[in-house]
Amino acid sequence: MGDDILVFAEQRENRLHAGALQCVTAARSLAGKTGGQVVACVIGDATDQAVAAVQNAGVDRVIVVRDASLRLYSPLRYRTALAAAITKVGPRAVLMPATFMGRDLAPRVAVCIRGACATDVVDVSCGQNGAIDARRPVYNGKASCHVTLPANRVAVISIRPNVYAPSSGAAPGAVEPLAFAAAPGDDRVGARELMRAGGEIKDVAEADVIVAGGRSLKSEENFKIIYDLARELDAAVGASRAACDAGYQPHSRQVGLTGKTVTPKLYIACGISGAIQHLAGMRGSKVIVAINTDAEAPIFKAADYGIVGDLFKIVPLLTQEVHKLRHA
Amino acid sequence: MKILVIVKQVPDSTTVIKFAASGRDIERGGVKLVVNPFDEFAIELAVRLREARSDVETITVLTVGPASAAEALRTCLAIGADNAIHLQDAAFDSLDELQTAALIAAVVRERGYDLIVRGKQEIDLDSGQLGPALAELLNLPHVGAVTKFELAADGKSAVANRRVEGAEEIVPLQLPALVTVDKGLCEARYPSLPNLMKAKKKPMTALAAADLPGFADAVGGLGGSTLERLEPPPQRPPGKILKGEPEQVAAELVALLRSEAKAI
Ligand SMILES: Cc1cc2nc3c(=O)[nH]c(=O)nc-3n(C[C@H](O)[C@H](O)[C@H](O)COP(=O)(O)OP(=O)(O)OC[C@H]3O[C@@H](n4cnc5c(N)ncnc54)[C@H](O)[C@@H]3O)c2cc1C
Repeated sequence: MGDDILVFAEQRENRLHAGALQCVTAARSLAGKTGGQVVACVIGDATDQAVAAVQNAGVDRVIVVRDASLRLYSPLRYRTALAAAITKVGPRAVLMPATFMGRDLAPRVAVCIRGACATDVVDVSCGQNGAIDARRPVYNGKASCHVTLPANRVAVISIRPNVYAPSSGAAPGAVEPLAFAAAPGDDRVGARELMRAGGEIKDVAEADVIVAGGRSLKSEENFKIIYDLARELDAAVGASRAACDAGYQPHSRQVGLTGKTVTPKLYIACGISGAIQHLAGMRGSKVIVAINTDAEAPIFKAADYGIVGDLFKIVPLLTQEVHKLRHA
Repeated sequence: MKILVIVKQVPDSTTVIKFAASGRDIERGGVKLVVNPFDEFAIELAVRLREARSDVETITVLTVGPASAAEALRTCLAIGADNAIHLQDAAFDSLDELQTAALIAAVVRERGYDLIVRGKQEIDLDSGQLGPALAELLNLPHVGAVTKFELAADGKSAVANRRVEGAEEIVPLQLPALVTVDKGLCEARYPSLPNLMKAKKKPMTALAAADLPGFADAVGGLGGSTLERLEPPPQRPPGKILKGEPEQVAAELVALLRSEAKAI
């Protein structure tokens, strides 16, 4: 184990995940203390654009594991590929975005290399006596937990998206290919198909801005005003469980404890009361806006900006204002 | 076919968190404990497979936890598991997630389960490490955060759907395998009162460290993260409530989001 920090730079279809550049920021702060290099690892098939994006973000080296069988994520093949990169680099820590991929991969890789693991981390630093300190939200964000990862094991850490700022750099890092050799049994998870969620509206889990509606929208048709604002903001549409259970929105858009956990830069909650299970899924958002007729609604306690008022009046006005701003 | 469901007992999602004097745990007195909601979907999946097929021999439910966790096992037995394994020892309390996976691996490795099911994460410590870690320890393929699971007629393979950002993956996999399940897979049922009574007669095996000769070796080789401190989440500064006519507040909000919050 050395002093370098390895970043698993997640890409899908040759697009680097924004979280990868945020991990580079965290990695640079760690490497500043360990005195090592920041090394990125890109795994996939055609990945030239993703490699270029991370290469110029302030990393010293980029290891590229390329193989046709790595085109789509597989927990077994990606584990094998990332473990090979870890063996090559011998890093102190491995960071990756806490996406569906990163959440799935980090524990598996940690076991494979006999390391230690922390997931969904919002702050990582070098601790005492060579340990690594990490802070992560627990109990649905109702508490914050400090963990230390031991000095004698490689720390495998997934980093919550949109907490660290993206990194940028001057000199491009050197690119080094690493051949992929599948491990026996890696084909037990087969080739996958990808089904795109329909429409032009983004998924809540990948959006920087989310406009969410609750039960008070009263029908699927009424969600049109939420979609109009979302389109103007290039945002995803989210919903409370009550709205999903009532059939106004598909469950894939549900935000909360039993839906998706999201950490966008901006979350606009329209007619959502702010039940603890809803807050669980969105309180990590950078900026929270609440629009609700009830001044006592718990959502206002979590909000940075609040409007006490009727969403059916306010939301279309916001759409107009954003439109003016964008087309000024 | 033998199915193993791994569950955790957790504080109910509405629990008001108070911190214990140790600073390392929450105050547990009076806290309502439930089966982790994602694990409820796991037991539901197992029971539905049994109802839909004739080849499911046994459904075993396993937990690691204190004496109170037997209650969670009993709930799962009432929902339809046949037998339960309770790993309970003070020595297990200090294990981290990877070491807990290693403990479970040591217990289940020789028992030949064809399918292991677990919720995608626990709603207390929210780590989600156990499923993928256990799969790696047992050298099994896994699919995480599954929302649809179809087992082939011969029970040797399955197709799992998994939601990812903006898309859904359809993943074929071979058994034996492990899956972690997400909401949307199924609605979990509640145990009926008669079934809760009957569950008391179903076999529950308690195992402690002394019953597991390989325990120290199994957990000694990996993990070792320690929970140092639990504290309240960082406070947000109090929000601004905008007042005035709808036209005015809408314009003010958009201006603030642009100039002050830099969010649009
Ligand atoms: C185990 C468990 C898991 C759960 N998981 C989730 C989850 O993942 N996600 C989730 O969201 N919930 C979840 N819930 C449900 C949660 O407890 C709430 O019931 C739900 O979030 C309420 O949704 P809502 O805010 O849309 O509806 P309500 O609570 O009914 O709130 C409606 C709000 O709209 C306001 N309103 C009404 N009319 C207007 C108007 N014209 N303009 C502006 N405001 C208006 C009202 O003042 C009110 O505050 C879970 C519950 C349990 C027990």
